[in-house]
Amino acid sequence: MKKLLPIAVSLAALTAMNVSASTLEDVQARGVLKCGVSTGLAGFATPNDAGQWEGLDVDLCRAVAAAVLGDSEKVEYVPLTSKVRFEVLKSGEIDVLSRVTTWTFTRDASLGLNFAGVNYYDGQGFMVPAALGVSSAKDLDGASICIQTGTTTELNLAEYFKLNGMSYEPVPVETSAEGRQNYIAGRCDVYTTDASALAAQRSVFEDPTAHVVLPEIISKEPLGPVVRHGDDQWLDIVKWSHNAMLNAEELNITSKNLDERGANANDPSAQGLLGTNEAKLGAMLGLDKKWAYNIIKQVGNYSESFERNVGKETALKLERGLNALWTNGGIQYAPPLK
Amino acid sequence: MSGTQVKEKKSVTLGSIWRDKHSRGVILQIIAVIGILLFLGNIVSNTVENLDRLGVKVGFDFLSEPSNYDINQTLIEYSSSDSHFRAGLVGLLNTLLVAVCGIVVATILGFTAGVLRLSNNFVLSRLMQVYVEITRNVPVLLQILLWHGILIHSMPVPKKAEALIEGVILTNRGIYLPQPIPQEGFGWVWIALLVGIVFAVFFKRYANRIQTETGKLIPAIWIGFVAVIGLPLVTYLLMGSPIEVSYPELKGFNYKGGFVIKPEFMALWFALSIYTGAFIAEIVRAGIQSVSHGQTEAAHALGIKPNFTMRLVVIPQALRVIIPPLISQYLNLTKNSSLAIAIGYMDLVATIGGISLNQTGRALESMGIVLGVYLFISIAISAAMNVYNKRVSLVSR
Repeated sequence: MKKLLPIAVSLAALTAMNVSASTLEDVQARGVLKCGVSTGLAGFATPNDAGQWEGLDVDLCRAVAAAVLGDSEKVEYVPLTSKVRFEVLKSGEIDVLSRVTTWTFTRDASLGLNFAGVNYYDGQGFMVPAALGVSSAKDLDGASICIQTGTTTELNLAEYFKLNGMSYEPVPVETSAEGRQNYIAGRCDVYTTDASALAAQRSVFEDPTAHVVLPEIISKEPLGPVVRHGDDQWLDIVKWSHNAMLNAEELNITSKNLDERGANANDPSAQGLLGTNEAKLGAMLGLDKKWAYNIIKQVGNYSESFERNVGKETALKLERGLNALWTNGGIQYAPPLK
Repeated sequence: MSGTQVKEKKSVTLGSIWRDKHSRGVILQIIAVIGILLFLGNIVSNTVENLDRLGVKVGFDFLSEPSNYDINQTLIEYSSSDSHFRAGLVGLLNTLLVAVCGIVVATILGFTAGVLRLSNNFVLSRLMQVYVEITRNVPVLLQILLWHGILIHSMPVPKKAEALIEGVILTNRGIYLPQPIPQEGFGWVWIALLVGIVFAVFFKRYANRIQTETGKLIPAIWIGFVAVIGLPLVTYLLMGSPIEVSYPELKGFNYKGGFVIKPEFMALWFALSIYTGAFIAEIVRAGIQSVSHGQTEAAHALGIKPNFTMRLVVIPQALRVIIPPLISQYLNLTKNSSLAIAIGYMDLVATIGGISLNQTGRALESMGIVLGVYLFISIAISAAMNVYNKRVSLVSR
């Protein structure tokens, strides 16, 4: 019943809530941003040794807080399971959901929610023990597969095996910790989830080299922040908080050089973003001039955030790949700041 | 007399109505009912309004859409192209399976432990006390996780497993057993079984009548037992053993063929039975102790044999005390089976209230279905047990 409780609570909240007109006003009056994150996924949202949340998804929360409140630390993190996340968002308990959530048609069209961009392009992969000697997902006929329930991965898996005429035994698990237990004990031969999460899982194994991620990526999983329907201004703020980080990377503005760049009168794009000239981008969002300055100063641009949380120097060792800027062969592409 | 009767004439005022105990009670109840209705109405209208504002439609049409996910334990045909409704049905059957198996084992375990705890054998009774005190004082969720952990960590993986006897293999992915597959002509065996059961029931009634009329005892239970087992067996042999056995064989990653009991089911089944069995043991002990010792002594004085004393005098009286709390334990076990989600047993909560909920985002509807079904199951168990309770309760003559 433990798992039902949050749902019941959020259903109760849904029945009693009174959505006020503006999320922005609510957040500013409250002085803190309530951000829904994972219950603990290395690289995306996990508390560090000092008990502070960090990760790519956490950085998105911090960016929104920096833009709206001027302080990236003014965030209250609400860890959510995949099951309750949408209800909690719908009920107004959180302002934004940044929890490795795949943008799908059904979710976008039927849940009363809007996706505000993609902060990580992912795809579903398979991890197997190296000792098994499997080199392709096509060799997995008849295998037992550990899979986190309540995610899009279940659908992809069913479809992939059906398309290829293979059978399998799904072993559903509720949390990633439980999945690791089952996988290590040999209850399942294969662990499947988004490739980034596989890297995160592998990074905490005793011997990460004893496990290989198979080359097949069987789905597209654009992960991004989600907000409620009905507040377009708030949607714009979340969307452009992320886009500001991308544009900063494209303009080569970092948390180190932004003061210098902002002072350069011959650099109108940088000055516009950082609010050091006459352009009033912030005001159009209902924010102050320093909104993007605060994001980049306190959180950094997209590249800084990526490398700090999931990049080559971290335990996850993820390549930029699809998540490189469009100018570098990836598909991260922010509309221009005009 | 009529002339002397004084008609009390009361002036009905608000104050007097309020002072009257009976009418005050009625008024308070009406107010309470109106309050509750207003509260519920407010919740419903608020929900509808809020969902409307978010542009979310409420309805059960999603149940007919394809589920697109697979389930590892299915009692009926199911594939990912079946509907959410069918997925929910698979989950419901899994819930019922573990509930029925759990209730049977918990009852056997509970009655045994309850009786043994009263035994004069010091070691046995202490042992049962230890069992009861340990299991009922540890949260059942932890016990489920513990059993699952034991099963998947202690058993070998399929590739390293060896057959215990031919066709019986213990692995951490379940216990594989040979599966009998009925061939043509096996239908007669079922018919023979049915005939055997009907015969046993009528024979028992006949024996009872003979006993009331003449006092003669016929071992009807044994004869009935022989009929129920023997008739199908003879038919089976006469039909030339119409069964083929499918043996599990290691193919690739897993054993194929045969019959498998998954560790998730076993963990849930063991944990629920053992946990609930401890409560039932205490209920049984209380029931037996509630029968006054005078009853046993009286039976002995009448020359009734000890085992008949237990069966005909003590237990029928103890059952009156045992049945009502036993119903609650059955209900608890059924509802506790929803903890299955913790170890990935695909029950009702994991299918319609879990994956379907997530894929479709229909939380209100899915949870409504799950709540409704549990309510229905619980009321059904409760109703069935109440009928039984009526039969064993004291008949006033």
